[in-house]
Amino acid sequence: MTMLQHDPDYNFGYLDEQTKRMIRRALLKAVAIPGYQVPFGSREMPLARGWGTGGIQITAALIGPEDRLKVIDQGADDTTNAVSIRRFFARVSGVATTEETSEASIIQTRHRIPEKPLDEGQILVYQVPQPEPLRKLEPSEVETRKMHAWAEYGAMHVRLYEDIARFGHVATTYSYPVMVNDRYVMSPTPIPKFDNPKMDDMPALQLFGAGREKRIYAIPPYTKVKSLDFEDHPFTIQSWTEPCALCAATDSYLDEVITDDHGGRMFVCSDSSYCEDRRAKGHIGKELAVAEALDYVDRGEGASHDA
Amino acid sequence: MRESSTPVIADPDPILIAKNVTKHYGERIGCEDVSFSLWPGEVLGIVGESGSGKSTLLRCLAGIDRPTSGEILFRHEGEPISLFNIPEPTRRKLMRTEWGIVHQNPRDGLRMDVSAGGNVGERLMDRGDRHYGKIRRSAMEWLTRVEINEDRIDDRPRQFSGGMQQRLQIARVLVPEPRLVFMDEPTGGLDVSVQARLLDLLRVLVRDLGIAAVIVTHDLAVARLLTDRLMVMKGGYVVEEGLTDQVLDDPHHAYTQLLTSAVLAA
Amino acid sequence: MYVAVKGGEAAILATHDLVAEERRGDVSVPEISVEQIREQMQLSVARVMNEGSLYDEDLGALALKQTQGDLIEAAFLMRAYRTTLPRFGSSVPVDTATMAIRRRISATYKDLPGGQVLGPTYDYTHRLFDFTLMANGEHAPAATAADHSLDAAMPRVPDILGDEGLMEAEVPPQHDPRPFDLTRDPVEFPAGRDVRLQTLSRGDEGFLLGLAYSVQRGFGGNHPFAGEIRMGEVAVSFVPEELGFEIDLGEITLTECQMVNQFKGSIEQPPQFTRGYGLAFGHAERKAMSMAIIDRSLKAREFGEAAEYPAQQEEFVLYHCDNVEASGFVEHLKLPHYVDFQGELELLRKIRREQKERLAERKEAAE
Repeated sequence: MTMLQHDPDYNFGYLDEQTKRMIRRALLKAVAIPGYQVPFGSREMPLARGWGTGGIQITAALIGPEDRLKVIDQGADDTTNAVSIRRFFARVSGVATTEETSEASIIQTRHRIPEKPLDEGQILVYQVPQPEPLRKLEPSEVETRKMHAWAEYGAMHVRLYEDIARFGHVATTYSYPVMVNDRYVMSPTPIPKFDNPKMDDMPALQLFGAGREKRIYAIPPYTKVKSLDFEDHPFTIQSWTEPCALCAATDSYLDEVITDDHGGRMFVCSDSSYCEDRRAKGHIGKELAVAEALDYVDRGEGASHDA
Repeated sequence: MRESSTPVIADPDPILIAKNVTKHYGERIGCEDVSFSLWPGEVLGIVGESGSGKSTLLRCLAGIDRPTSGEILFRHEGEPISLFNIPEPTRRKLMRTEWGIVHQNPRDGLRMDVSAGGNVGERLMDRGDRHYGKIRRSAMEWLTRVEINEDRIDDRPRQFSGGMQQRLQIARVLVPEPRLVFMDEPTGGLDVSVQARLLDLLRVLVRDLGIAAVIVTHDLAVARLLTDRLMVMKGGYVVEEGLTDQVLDDPHHAYTQLLTSAVLAA
Repeated sequence: MYVAVKGGEAAILATHDLVAEERRGDVSVPEISVEQIREQMQLSVARVMNEGSLYDEDLGALALKQTQGDLIEAAFLMRAYRTTLPRFGSSVPVDTATMAIRRRISATYKDLPGGQVLGPTYDYTHRLFDFTLMANGEHAPAATAADHSLDAAMPRVPDILGDEGLMEAEVPPQHDPRPFDLTRDPVEFPAGRDVRLQTLSRGDEGFLLGLAYSVQRGFGGNHPFAGEIRMGEVAVSFVPEELGFEIDLGEITLTECQMVNQFKGSIEQPPQFTRGYGLAFGHAERKAMSMAIIDRSLKAREFGEAAEYPAQQEEFVLYHCDNVEASGFVEHLKLPHYVDFQGELELLRKIRREQKERLAERKEAAE
């Protein structure tokens, strides 16, 4: 757990209070119209566009001294940009950070939803590179806004149709579009489609920030979120033939790790906190010893590395 | 029981009414003061040379361009609605469901990087069809109807000849079974032999489906084969109109006489 | 063996130290000062102020020093700093007609009231190295003062044409509403002129230059004349609500360019010249000229012109001219994408497997 003092040269949460109010107003509107993209006056942040400035602004507008923040990228707390964003908030807010999913009141994420189900009262903040699910079909913003306004979503299904005709199944593995509250087609951000079902009826509040594109959208708790599909080709998620090499989990999203130059590889949980938690509880994967030898995980399992 | 047994063809109300339709581009006249009515199942031809205003008129009728003045009424659920006085979403919806446009260049009416099946199926998905198998079967049926071999269903229009692209466009327009179809030089740019086959196909489809159509063409042979009634345009004005055979066999206006003689000479 | 999974806080901190070391370069060479950059690299400072949307020469110079002269990175620092500043209000519109002129030229008139003032320009230099600069040859060339001062009145060229009714008038929108503020509100389309001008003024100089060039070469169909380019100092004043009168805040250097373009007229409007407007902080002529050409090309919609070229399409231009946003998004490709890549990898393997099976079945059936 990182503990840093709030740097007094900066506002609490970096943004001034007026800006936070503006973002909160946009968030309220987004929650009121689930899946609708609300334009907002996205500010320049000290991190680059495309590196999570939308999520950072939402977190900055929400965070208070009592909060506990978790930041993940690709599901892991220790990836470079997650470390960088966590350090940023530690510096400009002094708020406690955590890697434990259930301890966090705000979880900022890029590309994953944690494996451990979230609870009421928790907020999941997604970083969004491209909020517009129709952009690949229609480059013009004027036109896509009309398509949303009038729910003209036929073209979206053409994409799915083409995949099935060509491959026998839908060949979209991430950013798989969803229908929110039976009204708006929404991009779930580049999470793997494995995570899509977690969005449906989730007890936690889901907020989405696209800094460069200046859009905020939201899914309130317990909202219907359906991945687009056909009646005779229902939506399915990825599955793996083998369990996690470190913690033996069979229900998590696995990343492939190359272990040597000769094609050696293992599959491990992308959610590092989930994996550590399981190992702490005594679940041992087949290649944990190999991973320890490679320094990929800390030696002496049985204790979480926070402790 | 009397109402339900009334045949469509005897429908006393026009499906489309144009009232004094005028379109100007700056100081130039596109079309001037055009009025007519079109009944269900009827095919109206608009002929004239390029620049006569026939395509301008078609764009206004089809809801693409707003006329400078005048009114276009479309009968929707029994009531005439004024095309440019309804909200844009309603107009867009009508354009996708109740009428269709066959463009001269198939590229303007097709998604070139989507398969033939996807092109035809899109219209069904637009209206909410969500069963892949059924969508595919409908697409397959329509491809057969426009004489495209079933095994081409997953090919993209780019891999098709010009005539096939045009037939695919027609299938895409007709699949939602529209009540009114606009065609802009549907056989333009095709070889003569390909044209003849396409014309034959169009004639059969239009008659079988009982749809009303407005066809713009500079080709009087096309007009004679496909249309019931004809309007001759020159310089933005309608100079002559009447039953097709009548206009072509016994032209009254000097310009129409010139047009028909040019065909004879050719 | 290669395993690059862990980010590692220590590694990140080490990169910060490495950057500091690289920035300093050879320590036997004296360190450059912010004052030196501000005084001797003014044109770079101007560009950083423009693209950073903040007029502060000292911070512009600091940004350049801190980023090893990386102009986009420097503009980024300015923008991020700007976010933390509270807003007191907006200044009174500056009046470029009252500019203390240092340079003013017109390509449309040989002579005009106030005359042509060449001022400091590279236009007529020969682009030959001056090796005395390398040899630290301080020749401190003092410019000779003219024998008479400049005319007090320097009317702007479009105003002269406007008096004759030949120039498209700048009419404020109905009720003259408060202009859009790009630094506070998101751009929406179709975009008003205020939105377009603000976006262009912070847009990347290279991107705008390329677009302006495309217009001139024929991908835009406009032939512009440089009606006037002027550069100099203008006063900025502010009316605090509690006082109710103007207070002078000081002066800033601006470059203004007004392009004159042909227009054939429409049924409502007689033929007249149309305006392209460019304004930039500091001495930034290339920027102001490019902006003026694109301002005009983006008026295609208002003038009923077919918008068929990139420079006429406002979504294309306005969404892509911001270099801070653009570089962030392009460079974010350096971030890990292995979760998504894993999905693609699995899919590709699956499709290949299925294809292999299909081919085998077909072969079997054939045999």
